[in-house]
Amino acid sequence: MSWLHRYAKLLVVVTVLLITAGGMVTSTDSGLSVPDWPNTYGWFMFSFPFSKWVGGIFYEHSHRLIASSVGFLTIGLAVWTALVESRRWVRNLAWLALGAVILQGVLGGLTVLFLLPPPISIGHAGLAQIFFCLTITVALVTSPGWRRAGARVDDPTLRRIAVFTTAAIYVQILLGATMRHTGAGLAIPTFPLAFGHLLPPVWTPKIAIHFAHRAGAVVVTGAILATAGHVWAHQRDRRELLRPALLLVLFLITQVTLGAFVVLSRKQPDINTAHVVNGALVFGTSLVLTLRSFRVKFAGATALSAPVGIVPDALGAHS
Amino acid sequence: MSIAFACGGGGQSESQKAASPAAAPNAKKVDQATAGRISGKVLVDGTLPPNPVIKMASDPVCLHANPNGLTDQSYVTSNGGLENVFVYIKDGLGQEYVFETPTSPVTLDQKGCTYHPHVLGVRVGQPVQIVNSDDTLHNVHAMPETNQEFNYGQPINGMKSTVTFTQPEVMIPIKCDVHNWMHAYIGVVSHPYFAVTGDGGTFDLRDVPPGTYTIEAWHEKLGTLTQTVTLGPKDQKQVTFTFKASAASGN
Repeated sequence: MSWLHRYAKLLVVVTVLLITAGGMVTSTDSGLSVPDWPNTYGWFMFSFPFSKWVGGIFYEHSHRLIASSVGFLTIGLAVWTALVESRRWVRNLAWLALGAVILQGVLGGLTVLFLLPPPISIGHAGLAQIFFCLTITVALVTSPGWRRAGARVDDPTLRRIAVFTTAAIYVQILLGATMRHTGAGLAIPTFPLAFGHLLPPVWTPKIAIHFAHRAGAVVVTGAILATAGHVWAHQRDRRELLRPALLLVLFLITQVTLGAFVVLSRKQPDINTAHVVNGALVFGTSLVLTLRSFRVKFAGATALSAPVGIVPDALGAHS
Repeated sequence: MSIAFACGGGGQSESQKAASPAAAPNAKKVDQATAGRISGKVLVDGTLPPNPVIKMASDPVCLHANPNGLTDQSYVTSNGGLENVFVYIKDGLGQEYVFETPTSPVTLDQKGCTYHPHVLGVRVGQPVQIVNSDDTLHNVHAMPETNQEFNYGQPINGMKSTVTFTQPEVMIPIKCDVHNWMHAYIGVVSHPYFAVTGDGGTFDLRDVPPGTYTIEAWHEKLGTLTQTVTLGPKDQKQVTFTFKASAASGN
């Protein structure tokens, strides 16, 4: 396993931490507790005294510091990849990740300076997931399992379902971000029914956003079950596909449960944040499965001709 | 006296322009010789929910400033009346009168990690001085719908800043995002006929010219009530607003 791959995985982990910190900022309504940017109450952000990390400042300032760490790590990733990676498209991916994290930082600053306008805040939340995907992709394609030449599954149906699922999850994440940043999280305060009905008896913009997120959950659930079901039925012996498929179902169950508890707990901040973070894990896992379903299309791979279930030993250990 | 109960139950998040258009070119000062007075009391029918206990553990300074703990200030009653209700003439003054804008500032103090006062009224263009009297950081975040939103920090004890509001607006929520329990409300009107109920839930609007007025009483959790009052020359009218405790929201 290359050190670059290990480094990319570290960046993925720190990005999950960053998404957690960002989730806590919104969940605790602390987004404007540090009113200036890039400074912190006039201090240079890295010299802001720890004793002053009180109340909402703790969440907002720690989010900024973790974001800075992710930024520095991404610079390292881009430079390192440029130096050692032979595949141009991988180098470009790393630079794209750097561009995304810079833009993400600017969006984060702008949303503070402009007092959390929903379009910027939603863009910040949506770009966070794109950046997360980029880091996952770099980590995946630098893994030994991906780089190893050999025969791979060529399953067009799986590719189609997986792409749809990943796209649906992203749309669902955007709907969730819209709900969070427009204050529609409790627009329908009951679960599983909406005011005692399958469909809300009254409609307002907030109720519509909230209901769209619930309807999206149904679509995503169906898509994930279809993907996982397909892998179980046709690619059960492919560990690199089966593992993310099972993980996806596990994360899905967790996500639906957390979503219910967000409403029932009246948006308790840690439950709310767990829902955001687990949503990112659902998205990331689906992306891994999707990318692996496309591995046969990349250089160094040949379509697997052997019957399903007979796997050459060399293909069993994808990272 | 002509007093007609009109409506009630608006949400605490509702913010509206206090209807009082700019004075006409021939507008005049109120004639003190004929001016009257509208006073009264704000009551509550029923039992109000208890104010939630504030958890201040996230800031040791706040915790130290309130060793006996603190509860939210939403419902304050005394002598049978409800305090912190903003009462003002919502409609009826038209463009007939001109009022000088006070230059003396109204103070909103952040002390003990709470706002003092919790509800206040100011005139359009009147300075509002916001003070940090705590040894901790506060941010001052105003969330108007008509006026300009702002958010700035006051990290040091003794810091003062002055703001003015350019449009009538009842009410403008103020909050501190550092300490999520800190809330205050500012009513901005273009005339001097407003009050915040104090001890016993009483209010007093003086030097009101004769006319027929819509008086509104606003409470952060109980919504709004309005009454119509007709005031003759030198009249003194008594008005009682009674909020239903069952209208309590946000608990």
